[in-house]
Amino acid sequence: MTGFILKRLAQSVFVMLAVSLLAFALFRYVGDPVAVMVGQETSIEDQERLREQLGLNDPVLTQYTRFLGNLVTGDFGFSYRTRQPIGEMLLARMPATLELGLVSLLISLIVGIPAGIYTALRSNGVLAHTILITTLVGISIPTFVIGIFLIYLFGVQLGWLPTFGRGETVEIGWWKTNFLSASGLRALILPAVTLGVYQLTLTMRLVRSEMQDVMNTDFIKFAIARGIDYRSVHYHHALRNSMVPVITIIGLQFGGIIAFSIVTESVFQWPGMGLLFLDSIRYVDIPVLSVYLVMIALIFVVINLIVDILYFVIDPRVRLKPEAG
Amino acid sequence: MLVWWRRVRVENEALYLFLRSPVAQIAALVAVLTVFGAILAPLIAPTNPYDLASFDILDSFLPPAWVEGGDARFVIGTDDQGRDLYSAILYGTRLSLTVGVCSVLFAAVLGTSLGLAAGYIGGRFDAVIMRIADIQLSLPAILTALLVDGVARGIMPREQHEELLLVVLTVAIALSLWVDFARTARASTFVERNKEYVQAAEIMGLHPIRIMAVGILPNILGPLMVIGTVDLAVAILLEATLSFLGVGVPPNQPSLGTLIDIGTDYIFSGEWWIVIFPAATLITMIIAVNILGDFFRSVLNPRLR
Repeated sequence: MTGFILKRLAQSVFVMLAVSLLAFALFRYVGDPVAVMVGQETSIEDQERLREQLGLNDPVLTQYTRFLGNLVTGDFGFSYRTRQPIGEMLLARMPATLELGLVSLLISLIVGIPAGIYTALRSNGVLAHTILITTLVGISIPTFVIGIFLIYLFGVQLGWLPTFGRGETVEIGWWKTNFLSASGLRALILPAVTLGVYQLTLTMRLVRSEMQDVMNTDFIKFAIARGIDYRSVHYHHALRNSMVPVITIIGLQFGGIIAFSIVTESVFQWPGMGLLFLDSIRYVDIPVLSVYLVMIALIFVVINLIVDILYFVIDPRVRLKPEAG
Repeated sequence: MLVWWRRVRVENEALYLFLRSPVAQIAALVAVLTVFGAILAPLIAPTNPYDLASFDILDSFLPPAWVEGGDARFVIGTDDQGRDLYSAILYGTRLSLTVGVCSVLFAAVLGTSLGLAAGYIGGRFDAVIMRIADIQLSLPAILTALLVDGVARGIMPREQHEELLLVVLTVAIALSLWVDFARTARASTFVERNKEYVQAAEIMGLHPIRIMAVGILPNILGPLMVIGTVDLAVAILLEATLSFLGVGVPPNQPSLGTLIDIGTDYIFSGEWWIVIFPAATLITMIIAVNILGDFFRSVLNPRLR
């Protein structure tokens, strides 16, 4: 157990080092940091002094170590575009993205898991077929088109819900939350549904195929043969065994939600990290891009690590295989 | 007729299945029409959206011809600059399909060569390639494409931006799709590597590259074609999404994504046609390609029928 975790941990650290090297190369060699920081009228000598001050003349390895050290201690540098510290910019926008992501994750799990179970158990029913066809269409419609459609229907035609921004937020310390005001909650509905729909179809399909697999196993057939009533077989024997992959689902979804929140935030002008990322691509704001790169990689590495370890803890079959890691 | 039908059934399984599946036929028809529309756009489009002289700002925001206030010259209306939407969609489909097909081809060549080599050579080379593939697989394609796009924009000098933007976009999409090809090619190569014809070729002393390209490659093409079809839908979607976000195709060129992006600005003022028609085109195209992908998969894999 410890050996497995240590091995995975070492792998994760290696990946993070590789990504940070990429981010460093991006930060250091794309464009000239000094040229961006100073005005046109600064003399060559002053530029050279600044270069020396910033340590840009040091050996590359020293610079990389310093870059790493700064990242670890939370000193992310300054944005080229807004001249603000990147750490503050990210922190100010993080609550918006996290709250949006959390709500859409809940939507996708609360609707997706029961729908998946239902379509697996009643695979020939009319309702199950309808659900399946709907999800097939749902997968083919891009997230941003879903968002636009929802805006048109509920915002423009019916006028029920706000279609952009976060509405009024309540501040708890530095954390601005949407959950504590009616306007904030209303503003959350459309973006969260948009972001949740695609994830929902994925959840449903995974739960469905997993449940169907379990229903075909010998121990379920045996339980039915023993005359245990169907309800108990379905919910005690089958469901419990098909819930293991749900951990992976949640892990995968987190990644998807982070990625697609960029799109959703753009459609609804939701002031989160995704919108910040898009702006920094548009304005070629290299320092923000490189920090974002490291942050995204960190989130994914941590999620994968947690999923792997949980799998290891929960499913004994993984432990028994010598080469499962 | 009946004799012919029996012969088809025995001799050409794919054709037999196709003739029995109306859904696949409709999807194929849609795909063929789309491709023809894209290729022939300069011939069949009433106006050229790239030619500034061919449209007039005074014609802007005209609704479709059948709606009150519509103009017979513009069947499905005009956009904010007075461009004929029908022409813009034809040209947009042309651009979207070109970017999609090119990036899938690029991804296929890159992924297949790496996967083939990894499967054939094995050992450390295989481990490194698969490790990279694993890491990339945990990142959603849209995120990879955005990151590559962002980095490329940073690296390139500003003057060359506009011309290279399409190339960058294609490469960004391709780099987010190569993993599928690599994994499939590798898995199939593993199976083929131990077959007798490969061993015979090795004993004859043929060059490994020749064995891979002439011997193994034709035998693993089937599953790769399925991935190519499915990835085409993904690539078209990625192009549209990136262009919609304003980091793909330059905004002045009509692609389905940029057209939808323009249309979004006007849904509040009631000009619904600017967004609806490009969006419908995009969705129809993606659904058709997805259905065809499913069909190819079931042809290749009898267990799925």
